[in-house]
Amino acid sequence: MDINQTPLYRRRKRLNQLVMVLCQLATVIGFIFLFAILFTLVTKGIGAISPSTFVERTRMNGGGLGNAIWGTFLMTCAATVIGTVIGVAAGTWLAEYSGKGLMAKVIRFINDILLSAPSIIIGLFIYAVVVVPMGNFSGWAGVLALTVIIVPVVIRSTEDMLRLIPNSLREAAAALGAHRWWIIVRVCYSGARAGIMTGILLGFARISGETAPLLFTSLNSNQWNFFDLGSEMANLPMTIYQNMTINAFIPDLVALAWGGALILTAAILILNIAARYFSRQRS
Amino acid sequence: MTADIHLDQKRNAGAAEAAAAPQIATKLRVNDLNLFYGKFQAIKNVTMEIPERQVTAFIGPSGCGKSTLIRCFNRIHDLYEGIRTEGQILLDEHDIYEAGVDLNLLRSRVGMVFQKPTPFPMSVFDNVAFGIRLYEKLSARDLEERVEWALRKAALWNEVKDKLKQSGQALSGGQQQRLCIARTIAVKPEVILLDEPTSALDPISTGYIEDLINELKKDYTIVIVTHNMQQAARISDITAFMYLGSLIECDDTTKIFTQPRESQTEDYITGRYG
Amino acid sequence: MATTNATPTSGLGRLSDATRRRLQRKARIDVWFERTLFAFAFAVLLLLGAIIASLMLSSWPAIQRFGLDFFTENRWAANVEVFGALPAIYGTLLTSFIAIVIAVPVSFGIAIFLTEQCPGFLRQPLSTLIELLAGIPSIIYGMWGMEVLAPLLRTWFPSVFPAGTGLATAGIILAVMIIPFITAVSRDVINTVPAVMRESAYGLGCTTWEVTRRVILPSVKGGLVGGVVLGLGRALGETMAVTFVIGNNLFLNTTLTGQGTSIAALIANQFSESDGTQRSALLALGLILFLITFAVLAFARYLLRNSTGRHA
Repeated sequence: MDINQTPLYRRRKRLNQLVMVLCQLATVIGFIFLFAILFTLVTKGIGAISPSTFVERTRMNGGGLGNAIWGTFLMTCAATVIGTVIGVAAGTWLAEYSGKGLMAKVIRFINDILLSAPSIIIGLFIYAVVVVPMGNFSGWAGVLALTVIIVPVVIRSTEDMLRLIPNSLREAAAALGAHRWWIIVRVCYSGARAGIMTGILLGFARISGETAPLLFTSLNSNQWNFFDLGSEMANLPMTIYQNMTINAFIPDLVALAWGGALILTAAILILNIAARYFSRQRS
Repeated sequence: MTADIHLDQKRNAGAAEAAAAPQIATKLRVNDLNLFYGKFQAIKNVTMEIPERQVTAFIGPSGCGKSTLIRCFNRIHDLYEGIRTEGQILLDEHDIYEAGVDLNLLRSRVGMVFQKPTPFPMSVFDNVAFGIRLYEKLSARDLEERVEWALRKAALWNEVKDKLKQSGQALSGGQQQRLCIARTIAVKPEVILLDEPTSALDPISTGYIEDLINELKKDYTIVIVTHNMQQAARISDITAFMYLGSLIECDDTTKIFTQPRESQTEDYITGRYG
Repeated sequence: MATTNATPTSGLGRLSDATRRRLQRKARIDVWFERTLFAFAFAVLLLLGAIIASLMLSSWPAIQRFGLDFFTENRWAANVEVFGALPAIYGTLLTSFIAIVIAVPVSFGIAIFLTEQCPGFLRQPLSTLIELLAGIPSIIYGMWGMEVLAPLLRTWFPSVFPAGTGLATAGIILAVMIIPFITAVSRDVINTVPAVMRESAYGLGCTTWEVTRRVILPSVKGGLVGGVVLGLGRALGETMAVTFVIGNNLFLNTTLTGQGTSIAALIANQFSESDGTQRSALLALGLILFLITFAVLAFARYLLRNSTGRHA
């Protein structure tokens, strides 16, 4: 008898087909939702964007998003710079010096927790330790909140990337008489640079879209504020949020919020693609 | 500027050798060496001498401790925790395990080439210059000259002279290993340790490296670990046979391969086990 | 001059003064380099301590005033100074639960499709797309939920979703938000199964589903569950995707589709205009949220410990 004809085999085959169809269905449903979001974003956003969007400041009627875009860019850059210094240093310690000690395990665990901690909690924390003592909302508070979010990302990718450097390279450098710090700076970092850069870029992309930690830290502003991080700083996510909530009765501002959302998403997607490109550069 | 310590010592060592003229001086002396990985004893009571400007080969089955032993000569084991040594290793009659010995300086005098090529993630030139820059401040021109000298010495210059700016990791396997040898020579060490340097290479590249070792022994004391007995027979002056962490026999290479004293050695070189 | 044991004294005979000084300097840098790096690593530990301490300290007045009643009071009424965490905790847990129930089958379906069925030319683009979508800021999901999904639900199912917004709507939005994330983690985890294992199962005549069910899923179970729990952690703490669509009803509403609130949404809505007891109560809510996510994330890390962990 042909094995294809046994009832058992037919049942197995039918079950297989059923599950495979369900998987395809899940894929179709999932992508329909995600494409629907992108579709809404593009159709609603593109109409609200004009050259003046990038140069004019936010106003109660009309206006643009120039100051918000600049504020987001500035705060994200500042947080990334600070976060890179802290994150690379701490990640290097974890990868190169920590050994198998308890301290390393604890720090690694805590870093993993911080990596996924709710960002609104980070906002509350910075509010309590920076905004309250300083007495006002400020760009610096926003920068610090974003720094707390990016540091774990950088630590993680620095440690992972340094661990990919084979020990034989460290041995070879040590065998030439190099000191440990020099081996790390000259040999390990050269090898891990692309990977660490990828991690930093991904972190940059992530914090540039964060809204919740800015709610009680940098707040928002209608004015151009170029470098005064000591006072309130306009930023894109908060502008979008306020335009969709407290300013939702003004159609122009809602439209502008979608424009801002499109700009923000496009920037983040480009950063993600750039990060991918960087990681592919790694041989 | 900085006095070039390696050259100083090389001169001194040379003078000492000249005084002891016909007899070959001892470069490394191992006295009753034991090594433990935690509780496991990997080296057992090894005592031997390694003569200057000769090629000394270590042979033995996998896990016999030959690599572990030569990794004691530049104390590369000290990078890791949980490894303990007892006994002495004398380099020019100074104990390298003495308190206060600077490991980095020691390693600049006892260079090492590893089993797999280890080019650093930087250009060919920077790879060779890496070690030089650690201990000497040379002008740009002197540095270039030294790099060229090392690459010529490693028989690699003609192949890479047009790609000094390229990444060292883009070279072929055999070229990478010669690059590592050039990098080791460039710091002008007194001893070069080679840990199975050709095991990852094709026969042609292996041939290059063996010729190179022959050339290098005029100036350097060479210690090589190999799992390939023919290689040991071809290139070494002295051969040491190790088994299960102990040094079974150490003698002139011809003697080891023609009339070994110990039956274990004979079993091994005639391929009667493992 | 006294020196540390890291600096050369006699070692190996003659040292010129210049070399000795140079070696001493480099050895000193070695020591300080490690200490500096350690200080930064230790700062991470201090950071967590500071977060917990500052939240506890600033929520202390509310904890003292309400005690355990905080967890049983079923409304949050600022005007009469009655603050109960129950509606927010309920909303947080329920929306996340709905999100997981929807997202897990869909994500696993997509992951299985991508790894086992997908034609080769689509595999890479779709996987990349999923990973890119995981990076979209959460506020976009919230906006879409408010402007597109809520009106649709209200029009199509007016009896179930009278307002369009509500706990179930928030759960759906959270599901859409964490689907790319859970899918990406699951795909990575499934890809760690060695090809030989897959091939030997196919070699016995298994169907694709049997290979997946009997060989692949069991061997990466820990990683998959870990990924799901990480997704749960995201859903629990999410602010922006939720606050637009949850309805912001501050009284306990135990229906599935009714309007409610979550801890994060409540904090986002009220914090900047609060003071005194209300502010302290909001900070206490923040502390509760942190402790919940801490427990969930610790559990996820425990599960993921031995599988790949490329994703945040």
